Amino acid sequence: MPSLKDLRVRIRSVQSTQKITAAMKVVAASRLRRAQEQAEAARPYAQRMQRVLGSLAARMAGFPGAPPLLVGTGKNDTHLIVVATSDRGLAGGFNASILREARRRIRELETAGTRVMILTIGRKGRDGLRRDYGRVIHDSLTDVGRRHISFEEAQEIAERILVLFRAGAFDSCTIIFNRFRSAITQIVTAQQLIPFPVTAEGETADVPPATVGVYEFEPSEEEILGELLPQNLAVQIYTALLENAASEQGARMTAMDNATRNAGEMIARLTLNYNRTRQAAITKELIEIISGAESLRAA
Amino acid sequence: MPDQVSFELVTPERMVLSELVDMVVVPGTEGNFGVLPGHSLLVSTIRPGTIDVYQGGTVTRRIFVAGGFAEVTPERCTVLANEALAAEELDRAATEAELQVIEGNLPSLREQVARASGTDRERLLTELARLERDRAVAQAKLQALAEAAAAR
Repeated sequence: MPSLKDLRVRIRSVQSTQKITAAMKVVAASRLRRAQEQAEAARPYAQRMQRVLGSLAARMAGFPGAPPLLVGTGKNDTHLIVVATSDRGLAGGFNASILREARRRIRELETAGTRVMILTIGRKGRDGLRRDYGRVIHDSLTDVGRRHISFEEAQEIAERILVLFRAGAFDSCTIIFNRFRSAITQIVTAQQLIPFPVTAEGETADVPPATVGVYEFEPSEEEILGELLPQNLAVQIYTALLENAASEQGARMTAMDNATRNAGEMIARLTLNYNRTRQAAITKELIEIISGAESLRAA
Repeated sequence: MPDQVSFELVTPERMVLSELVDMVVVPGTEGNFGVLPGHSLLVSTIRPGTIDVYQGGTVTRRIFVAGGFAEVTPERCTVLANEALAAEELDRAATEAELQVIEGNLPSLREQVARASGTDRERLLTELARLERDRAVAQAKLQALAEAAAAR
């Protein structure tokens, strides 16, 4: 049976933990709103880019001179996995789910005989994979988008990847991140970046579909694609980073909400226990006094 | 056929402008082109320069863009710009300072590229390309400022 003092100390400590988790929840909620707005604002560009690229790529894919960013290098010996995580923890299963998916993919690729290269974004990704896959981690980036993710940062990452690609360091590339569905649900997504899969995914109701017809290209199709594809890589990374940022805050908000609730329950239980113990002590003292008086009177 | 073009200007970070206009003049890589309703299908790259938006025969907006792409159909003109800001917001002193820094860095970087090899060379080449692009943007900004001053 813990003493009254022990109980008091524990209640105090859980209370201060609860204060912290409640504050973190509020902070995460406001950051989540900002991250969502940013992701929303970035959508029009990505969708329109997809439309232009779609109409171009469909025509180019069959040509023998099509750029490797679109059709691949013709082999698949080395695969680059970009693991996008957060710098900070305490975000529920946010980082764990990304790492689980990354591990699964790496195992799968290695079993198939493909060499794997890893580029991690965020401290948690680096820390989580360093032990098992340290030898294949090519590079780790941290402090990406500390306050606000800018397109420029995404562009820098894209350029890093392109430098490796042009130097022939890998043949294909996938990015793993959490797609934001809601504050409660985030979906781990692995998206292929190189060669870029051309799908109709970007076409939604608010963007009119690409007009069917023969476009004129200024300058040539090859040159436009040559600029469009690297830009698109940056846009894909930017989108992934924004989704990830929103997911991180969403996951943290939910985790901290749970933690605050659990702390509340714990406080209630401890308080009940404390009051019972106190009551028991009072009762015991009363009994002692009364029985002492009783025995005096009897004597 | 509609008598106006639906003009959209988007950057990676946000939708800058979306409106119906009479005509836009876009600085394509191979020369400026005007877009009126009924323009033929076109995809073009854009060089750094100013986009002029016309309403009823006069320029209502001048927007500086730092390169990008344009997609034109008979009904619409979509400009995907890397960066966009109103021409009035250009800052001559800041741009000139920026240009000076860039031009100061270029020679040494060129030299490094000549000496490097392998992945290092690729990295330096990318850096060089970026710097040269920045220089072109800065030069275009100054030119846009000069044009604006001449028009006044």
